[in-house]
Amino acid sequence: MGATQTRSGQEYQELAERTGFSAEQIRNLHKRFQQLSGNEDTISREHLKSIPALANNPIRKQIIEAFFDKRNQHGNELGSYEEIGFEEFLMVMSHFRPPTLRTTEEEKEAMRKEKVRFLFNMHDTDGDGKITLVEYRKVVEELLSKSGTIGQEAAKAIADAAMLEVASTNVPNMGPDDFYEGITLEHFEEILKGLEMETRMHVRFLDVSTTNVYCGK
Amino acid sequence: MAVRAARSAGFTAVLLLFLVLAGSAWTGDAHAAHNGTPTTQEDPDQHHGTNATNHRKAFPVLAFNYDHVRKPFEISLWILLALLMKLGFHIIPRVSHVVPESCLLIFVGLLVGGVIKAMDEKAPVLDSKLFFLYLLPPIILDAGYFLPIRAFTENMGTILVFAVVGTLWNAFFVGGMMFAVCQIEAARVGHVDLLSCLLFGSIISAVDPVAVLAVFEEIHINELLHILVFGESLLNDAVTVVLYHLFEEFSHAGTVTVGDAFLGVVSFFVVSLGGILVGVIYGVLGAFTSRFTSHSRVIEPLFVFLYSYMAYLSAEVFHLSGIMSLIACGVVMRPYVEANISHKSYTTIKYFLKMWSSVSETLIFIFLGVSTVEGPHNWNWIFVIFTLVLCLLSRVLGVVGLTFIINKFRIVKLTKKDQFIVAYGGLRGAIAFSLGFLLTDSEKKHMFLTAIITVIFFTVFVQGMTIRPLVDLLAVKRKKESKASINEEIHTQFLDHLLTGIGDICGHYGHHHWKDKLNRFNKTYVKKWLIAGERSNEPQLISFYNKMEMKQAMMLVESGSAAKLPSVMAAASAQNIQQQREEARQQKLLKISKTREAEIRKVLRANLQKTRQRLRSYSRHDLFMDPFEEDMSEVRFRKQKVEMERRVSSSSSAGSVYLARCDHKVYTYDDSQSPRSGAIQLNPRPSDGAALLDGSPQGSESSAAPQSADQSERQKPSRCLSDPGPNEDEEESIFFSSR
Repeated sequence: MGATQTRSGQEYQELAERTGFSAEQIRNLHKRFQQLSGNEDTISREHLKSIPALANNPIRKQIIEAFFDKRNQHGNELGSYEEIGFEEFLMVMSHFRPPTLRTTEEEKEAMRKEKVRFLFNMHDTDGDGKITLVEYRKVVEELLSKSGTIGQEAAKAIADAAMLEVASTNVPNMGPDDFYEGITLEHFEEILKGLEMETRMHVRFLDVSTTNVYCGK
Repeated sequence: MAVRAARSAGFTAVLLLFLVLAGSAWTGDAHAAHNGTPTTQEDPDQHHGTNATNHRKAFPVLAFNYDHVRKPFEISLWILLALLMKLGFHIIPRVSHVVPESCLLIFVGLLVGGVIKAMDEKAPVLDSKLFFLYLLPPIILDAGYFLPIRAFTENMGTILVFAVVGTLWNAFFVGGMMFAVCQIEAARVGHVDLLSCLLFGSIISAVDPVAVLAVFEEIHINELLHILVFGESLLNDAVTVVLYHLFEEFSHAGTVTVGDAFLGVVSFFVVSLGGILVGVIYGVLGAFTSRFTSHSRVIEPLFVFLYSYMAYLSAEVFHLSGIMSLIACGVVMRPYVEANISHKSYTTIKYFLKMWSSVSETLIFIFLGVSTVEGPHNWNWIFVIFTLVLCLLSRVLGVVGLTFIINKFRIVKLTKKDQFIVAYGGLRGAIAFSLGFLLTDSEKKHMFLTAIITVIFFTVFVQGMTIRPLVDLLAVKRKKESKASINEEIHTQFLDHLLTGIGDICGHYGHHHWKDKLNRFNKTYVKKWLIAGERSNEPQLISFYNKMEMKQAMMLVESGSAAKLPSVMAAASAQNIQQQREEARQQKLLKISKTREAEIRKVLRANLQKTRQRLRSYSRHDLFMDPFEEDMSEVRFRKQKVEMERRVSSSSSAGSVYLARCDHKVYTYDDSQSPRSGAIQLNPRPSDGAALLDGSPQGSESSAAPQSADQSERQKPSRCLSDPGPNEDEEESIFFSSR
């Protein structure tokens, strides 16, 4: 913690402007980052995998992958990192900020697009800008994996039906010989319109620093 | 033409009913008077048709003995009147758009009460026993059983604050200020002491679930606001019960000490937690019982109703909160019961609950009207006006003040518009009236009752009627009309896990973390005890279900239900999804029907780490072929399907996939046809979106068993078509179910 103490104030301010968190929240997240990384400057996939609470999560891999995905860094790069620093960690977390009373409609709209894009990136694993049937099937399979009992067939059927729905809502006049190659970002946004992502996809970030000491992670 | 005929028929029927009802009340009394005078000796004589004069009359071919059936007759007549009224309103569309149903019903009650009073008869009053024991439980059970758990638990904190703190504030503010008002010389009510005023305040301060449901149901407001106001109206019962009993006890004693106040607080926890505990116990019992009902499916719904009712009554025995007990019972019981019972029982439960609650609500409002006319009243201008003003004021202040505090803890803050709706939606209703009715008879009581009735009328009429235009004016977010699609469903679940995961990475034990823990606990321990069936068979059942559901959906579409679901059917054209580039196989899949969606959603819900496993119940019911379901028309259907498949497979390019290409036609079944006839009649019905599903490639070996499923599925559409109000399959939706 010693070296990073000097990072306070100025850097936090800069980060706060970029990500929209408050200084307190950044401080708390930094503490957590230190915990996860074992006081190093970067964390790798192994660090995140070793969080015990995540073990039961069916989409653990996708979540961890999302942190290392370059597309979530508000830039235009593709590919993934091997390790990420605190700044990248914070950027990913900033996708989960809730809107406040002062958020305007345009800001809410932008927020929603950002969150939907995050989800899209999680599904589109090969980075080609489309969620294909195979990728979507994988998503559904992973979701159902922890139930243990559902067969491949059911997952496939559900994914097929879901793709059908996307296709039919977005491209209603497809001829019998057209292909539907995959869900683009626009289509994805369209089908998730009803979910109001800006109010649903958020995590509570602590403003006050907690003095919990986590044994291990 | 037909509408007008129906309208006039409706009116005449209603008028007739008025007269009959009034007449019955009159003759009933007249008969009672007549029977009162003769001695008991004459009664058996009358029954045998002889009179006291020893002349032997001829054997009476037709006798009139109304007294024998008087009570059930009148009850039935009242209920019939109530329902005809309800029916009548919907024949007159213009009125029902402006005025909420509850207002119209109260108005009818006023009329009926007026008629009865004009005939100088004693009208049936909204007796507290009748209300609390018979009329209220169905409504609460209906609300509790179909409570949207997700929204409720997410907003639990807010709801509790509004329910407990808000009601306390209302009670003390109104009570205290009324006491101050009573001190005014001009009011001539100086004899009302503080405790009575506080008692009055506690009666009038509670938001009423019946009124809220009745009004909010029609304005289709967004889920958050709905659950806030409705949840508050349910949970404030504990507060009301405690305050009411507290002040009632002490208004006899005269003073309240600190110790008593402390006991009151303790009593609040006992009442609320005790009520919930009672409900949970009965809920678990009900779930456990439903585990063994596989051999007597017909009585399954009864268990649900009886256990819930017993929960309510048991709570009432100990003066615990009956409403909370009922809600807890319904909420706890539901996931396990639904996994165990057959689909038909599930539908029965749903429709019975809706039916009973509808009847109850109608009766409550009509009786409210009748009781108003009946009196006895003690109109005191100052008292009543001040009560009204203070109620409104305290509600607004309470909501605004509490929201200010709550918003500090909420992530999604409540805006000013939300606050307005919450404040404006604080309607008072029949519970307040019945509680007032329970007070010991006195001058004060009549005054209180008058004031209570005035407040109820004001909130129901004025606020009830104006809330709809206000909602439009303020552009408050409405309830989402469309059902959740499969994608939304997938992503709702996905989000749950994502947010739990992110929360875990943050190291913060949030809402999702505990929900996840609860789910896992539920899965590992509780479900073993409360859900019947062998787990080892599950995979088989699931794949089986999938095969079945495709067939059902196809059959459903063929029997014409697809035509009734216009919204999802976008295009009739076939659409393709490329399976894999390497395979280069064009799979011609067609647009799926909404029911198919529902089925798939069911599978999703069942398996995406949720405890509800309706799919099991569905499978088991259809797995054991119910001999009563088989029908000749089933054979007919299979013949038709084979024919269609034959016709269609010639145009398919994919080998093992059954294709069905429907050129804007929906083949329907003429249900009126006699099942014995061999002819298959296809009525091509033009529709915008007609689709058939691709049959499952592994369809052959499962062809025998799902017949009963198909049958029951086919019966579903016709039932649905005659369905008056509730939307089917809404119980699975995350949105609030309408009534």
